Amino acid sequence: MSRRKAVVTGIGVVAPGGIGTKAFWKLLTEGRTATRAITHFDASGYRSRIAAECDFDAAAAGLTAVETGRMDRCAQFAVVAAREALADSGMATDGVPAHRIGVSVGSAVGSTVTLEREYVRVSEGGSRWVVDASDPYPHLYRALVPGALGAEVAWTAGAQGPVRVVSTGCTSGLDAVAQGAQFIEDGQAEVVVAGATDAPVSPITVACFDAIKATSPNNDDPEHASRPFDRDRDGFVLGEGAAVLILEEAGAARRRGARVYCEVAGYAQRGNAFHMTGLRPDGAELAEAVRVALDRARLPAEAVDYVNAHGSGTRQNDRHETAAFKTALGEHAYRVPVSSIKSMVGHSLGAIGALELAACALAIETDTVPPTANLRTPDPELGLDYVPLWAREHRTDTVLSVGSGFGGFQTAMVLTAPRPAVRDA
Amino acid sequence: MPDTVTAGRRAVVTGLSAIAPSGTGAREFWRAVLEGRNALGPLSRFDTDGFPVRVAGEVPVGDPVPGVDPRLTLQTDRWSQFALLAGEEALRDARVRPGDLPPLGMGVITASSSGGNAFGQREIEALWSKGPRHVGPYQSIAWFYAATTGQLSIRHGMKGPCGVVVAEQAGGLDAIAQARRALVRGDAAMVLTGGTEAPLSPYALTCQSTSGRLSGSADPERAYLPFDTAARGHVPGEGGALLVLEADDAARARGAERPYGEIAGHGATFDPPPGTASRGAASGPLPGAASHGPTALRRAVELALADAGAVPGDIDVVFADAAGVPEADRAEARCLAEVFGPRGVPVTAPKAGYGRLYAGGAPLDVVTALLALREQVIPPTPRGVVPDAGHRVDLVTRPRETPLRTALVLARGFGGFNSALVVRAVAR
Repeated sequence: MSRRKAVVTGIGVVAPGGIGTKAFWKLLTEGRTATRAITHFDASGYRSRIAAECDFDAAAAGLTAVETGRMDRCAQFAVVAAREALADSGMATDGVPAHRIGVSVGSAVGSTVTLEREYVRVSEGGSRWVVDASDPYPHLYRALVPGALGAEVAWTAGAQGPVRVVSTGCTSGLDAVAQGAQFIEDGQAEVVVAGATDAPVSPITVACFDAIKATSPNNDDPEHASRPFDRDRDGFVLGEGAAVLILEEAGAARRRGARVYCEVAGYAQRGNAFHMTGLRPDGAELAEAVRVALDRARLPAEAVDYVNAHGSGTRQNDRHETAAFKTALGEHAYRVPVSSIKSMVGHSLGAIGALELAACALAIETDTVPPTANLRTPDPELGLDYVPLWAREHRTDTVLSVGSGFGGFQTAMVLTAPRPAVRDA
Repeated sequence: MPDTVTAGRRAVVTGLSAIAPSGTGAREFWRAVLEGRNALGPLSRFDTDGFPVRVAGEVPVGDPVPGVDPRLTLQTDRWSQFALLAGEEALRDARVRPGDLPPLGMGVITASSSGGNAFGQREIEALWSKGPRHVGPYQSIAWFYAATTGQLSIRHGMKGPCGVVVAEQAGGLDAIAQARRALVRGDAAMVLTGGTEAPLSPYALTCQSTSGRLSGSADPERAYLPFDTAARGHVPGEGGALLVLEADDAARARGAERPYGEIAGHGATFDPPPGTASRGAASGPLPGAASHGPTALRRAVELALADAGAVPGDIDVVFADAAGVPEADRAEARCLAEVFGPRGVPVTAPKAGYGRLYAGGAPLDVVTALLALREQVIPPTPRGVVPDAGHRVDLVTRPRETPLRTALVLARGFGGFNSALVVRAVAR
């Protein structure tokens, strides 16, 4: 019995440094960074005053006033990325019955920008616990329930099949694409619009990471503040954005002559059951997720050509995931290139996992590994090949991408180059 | 572990819990539900003068929730505290000691619709009234939707697949279905699953007041009357349930006796965009063109039945979504009449007695359904609901003793989510 597999046939991106997949990949392969002083609000009273922000113009991106009127910024990102992905796929949904189209959207913090903005308004600047409920913003409920993000993307895609919103913190993007792949594998849908979005650059989110010193205070040099695997790293740089992938059943994609970027070959989720924000240095559960993902892809560790790291830019993450790679990949961990695009586009919480998968698909497509920017002095305790500063031409057929998040969530996904048309003909 | 469906492996429920306005603990909750007690009341936590919502289903315990480890109450919202309490009950009920089982074989998959409302409101208040340095260290782990799954995983040392699903009321069923998938596929031997919600802070209620679905009534007896001619919206409530779901072979191997039932089938669909006619089972010739295909809700029911290997005649009782909004009630009633025939299956909505609990509501309905299968009695929709004859629904309004083997639970979520779950008694 041939297993149904999901392949990626379209990519859409809203990212810091430029809107659209092309601008995103250009930034990454040139090793430029999009981190800067925060412009979304006056951040002068904050510990970390830097972020990777999107220069996003909703109207220029094709959204109507009605759409922007009801959508939080993160929903706008998701819809714009979904439209680009659908177009890029050659409209994979055309001719597919609506009930065979699915959606899976990830988001860590959802519409918190709208929730905060409106809270300030109805509470007179935070001075009333019992807020003034007499004249609320009419779309406030859409902001309260992230399910609304799934609805927006479903309407964009014309989907009436399974629609899911996944919110596993910083692994939401990987987990949402995994969920989309499951819809294909289980036969619940023929096409799935899968991705993730977050727009967390707002006072409350910046303040909450300030409070636990998770973000970089390198306010004087924002372009070089996100420094995963560098000896001088001092925390992550908050980001925002969205990426959406079009997933199709492999045989169906081939039959319609679609361009196939890659196959979703395997994935696994595990929890470290240790601490809401802390990571044990041995990375055992992430290693287990990697092992299971490779097992499901039916690939040995040696097959991995590139590791897209979580690489958030915190000391504990670097130690944790490096140990996990060494455990799961053995000697091969020292040979395979490992890099973190968070060095360039920051850490957009739930969205980043989908952005990273978009980068992985493009790495396979172009045989190019994006670099870890700002990596001038590799931490000598780590010892892997973190692809410093410059992109690298490198035969890339199999990619491992991992994510790790608050709550102990650990996810690994394996993408592989499209296979020659020998299976399920 | 192989990623293949192991022939014949089933997901069985071996532990239950309940946290509801009508009772804390599955036993007390079941008693209240069977009596058809109405546990809705005036909102008591703040002065509702001039507030658009005045009636709610409040769990009658204070803040922090008693019985939760004080080290955890500091860093969690009420919603996660409900789940921590429910998780303890479900594990106790299943006679599971997580420390005795392989950590990687145990997962946690929960639903949330609105996250840590009151906690988040407090911290945003601190930020805007006093300044950014007054935001506490736990905001980053208490407000976001994944907090509950993370806390449960840590609390019980569960390192298997961990997930969080958001789809308002429908998410509760989707989470259970996702847990079932992990078990049937061999990705875990046990999953703690379900969902809770604590949506009664002033700001969260203000947000809900814009959904167009809340009852504005101040009369707890008349505020939430699903399928009634006087239906005028729903009453929000807090609480929910967690269940211990196990692969049947794993449950047998550890000597678990008499599971409550099996999660036998699931279907999930999405409505067409508002303002368009259903395109039904196939794309119409024109986008939005009317067709005579089944509605998305009906497809969800049919998918769940097919997944369970069941036909409509196998379903002994339906736990309805029971929106309490006339148009939504009509759509649900029509779907039931189409699938089961007019008045063709007993339908009940115990939630009319405690409110809609969003992500917590559907797991609580699954608990009620499983207890109904065990006790062979259908709990009623609470007194006071007089079904609209036009709905052609056999609404159960007093406890009905009848042979029960298979139940269908429906849940719909704001935006267009439809989810259907079939639960079945396990043959002994």
